[in-house]
Amino acid sequence: MQALLNNGFVRWFDNRLPVLSWANHHLMEYPTPRNLNYAWNFGSLAGLALVLQIVTGIVLAMHYTPHADMAFDSVERIMRDVNYGWLLRYMHANGASFFFIVVYIHIARGLYYGSYKAPREVLWWLGLVILLLMMATAFMGYVLPWGQMSFWGATVITNLFSAIPVIGEPIVQWLWGGFAVGNATLNRFFSLHFLLPFVVVGVVVLHLWALHHKKSNNPLGIDYKGPQDFITFHPYYTIKDAFGAGVFLILFATFLFYAPNYMGHPDNYIPADPLVTPAHIVPEWYFLPFYAILRAIPDKLGGVLAMGASIFILFLLPWLDTSRIRSATFRPVFKWFFWLLLVDLVVLGFCGANPPEGFWVPLSQVATVYYFLHFLILLPLIGWFERPRPLPDSIAKPVLKA
Amino acid sequence: MKRLILSILALALLVPAGAQAAGDQAVPPEHHWSFNGIFGTYDRAQLLRGLEVYRGVCANCHGLKYVRFRDLEAIGLSEDEVKAIASNYTVEGDVDSFGDPTTREAKPFDAFPSPFPNDEAARASNGGALPIDLSLVAKSRVHGPDYVHALIGLGYEENAEPGPTGLYHNPYMAGGSIAMPPPLFDDAVEYHDGTPATVEQMSTDVSAFLMWAAEPELEDRKAIGLKVILFLLVLTGLFYVSKRKLWANVEH
Repeated sequence: MQALLNNGFVRWFDNRLPVLSWANHHLMEYPTPRNLNYAWNFGSLAGLALVLQIVTGIVLAMHYTPHADMAFDSVERIMRDVNYGWLLRYMHANGASFFFIVVYIHIARGLYYGSYKAPREVLWWLGLVILLLMMATAFMGYVLPWGQMSFWGATVITNLFSAIPVIGEPIVQWLWGGFAVGNATLNRFFSLHFLLPFVVVGVVVLHLWALHHKKSNNPLGIDYKGPQDFITFHPYYTIKDAFGAGVFLILFATFLFYAPNYMGHPDNYIPADPLVTPAHIVPEWYFLPFYAILRAIPDKLGGVLAMGASIFILFLLPWLDTSRIRSATFRPVFKWFFWLLLVDLVVLGFCGANPPEGFWVPLSQVATVYYFLHFLILLPLIGWFERPRPLPDSIAKPVLKA
Repeated sequence: MKRLILSILALALLVPAGAQAAGDQAVPPEHHWSFNGIFGTYDRAQLLRGLEVYRGVCANCHGLKYVRFRDLEAIGLSEDEVKAIASNYTVEGDVDSFGDPTTREAKPFDAFPSPFPNDEAARASNGGALPIDLSLVAKSRVHGPDYVHALIGLGYEENAEPGPTGLYHNPYMAGGSIAMPPPLFDDAVEYHDGTPATVEQMSTDVSAFLMWAAEPELEDRKAIGLKVILFLLVLTGLFYVSKRKLWANVEH
């Protein structure tokens, strides 16, 4: 890079538009804590997944027809007649699942190492905004093949807005563009499904801006003391991220080529039929914990509010967690409750996947109560009463001494 | 810790599988299909027999609208054989110079048409039940080809009679009853290769054929996947040793 910047023309150009020195500053020399572990790979993996989705999505949009009478046929045409259309579509469908896997691990890393705490609250908020945009995008994307689950999933989820008193019904009709989910709904979902990923890109830029302004958190969760705590992003983290991307792509390819429909639902290969309701409507796996919270509350409006609150509560996390220690490594009590929360989310996932009957109902209610208990009661209390283990003086000290 | 994360992830991935096992349907027995597994491929002879069962039995009521006649070249038919099969079917043609609708012989680029002009006609001829298009049946049902095989090969009782509602008992159908009369009986078709046409043989062959109809890309997909994954393993290995080398002198 330095050799490039010594070139006369490059220097002339960079003097007028410093794009190269900017890239040099943010992608190569960018000071990164020297002690990041593999949990820090998932941010770049999320970026990779986003790019994969946008690239495959743009090509799919060239062949897809957003019309209630033709959407299903056009998807089958992509699968059969478009060159490598099956590959593109399976990449896009499985890519959505892998995007969520990666982002959920990325968020879990943030929870474990306290990455949401000062001075990174805005960075955390921007991440949550990306999550919400991803959820909206994924939901609308799942509607586009216009299979049975597309249609009935859209019906169930849009109907949630009807729980709002007085204006609920008009809002739902406004979302549908009619009196039922139909062609108008499909068309606007396609338009928004194309738009929102670019909004995500915009928020990702802000997310990275906030990150580079305050620098990465690290597994010790302590502030940096000086240049000895850092190494340059390139080559150390570029090569580490490349290795992580390789592992990610191997797992992705395994599903893509050998179980491309494993994370989907067979009913979605039946064309949408407004007259036939599937026996069991379930969302994609990445929505199941939230779906379980929705159904755990016996009141429709209450369920919708609880589901919304389950995400919005995360915006308050920097203040609900009263501990000043970031990393769970030094928080012996919090650490256990972190893993308990993950178990709770998996339980909620199973509750969401199963019909709301028998023991699944009380189980999902207990798990929902625990979810909110964790954030509203346990986190503040743990922060006050926990005795953290002593923190090291600096990032470099324990590393360089060892 | 890493193991815990991975096991939670694995559990989360199992959730959709659990979601699909709902309902009061009997679980079809697992058949060992030639197309199962990493190196699985379609058995061409079996697909050709399955095509004969489809044409001789299923096609009387069921269309195959996403499968074009020319696609049959992929399972081993010659261009002329494909033309000959297509010529047995009639499809809608253009309007003639008087503006009247016409019909014509099907060409290789046409898809297997439904035997009925529209859904209403299909229902009228089938006691109100609509025979589904079979193009995707092997992937739009839980257990796919095992389901098709069990439904038509194992589900009906011997000399089955319809119940008072006109439906037949069949434990593999959702709800336990089905409008379709038992489609197969011994020697319902005569196989070109002389294989005895038992119900078990025909139901297996046609299930494999319908799996091919649903996933014609399966062999390409698995073959490309193997190359892609081998390539990625080497690439990732190179990344790993490069990472080790670059980090060797960095205390971390």
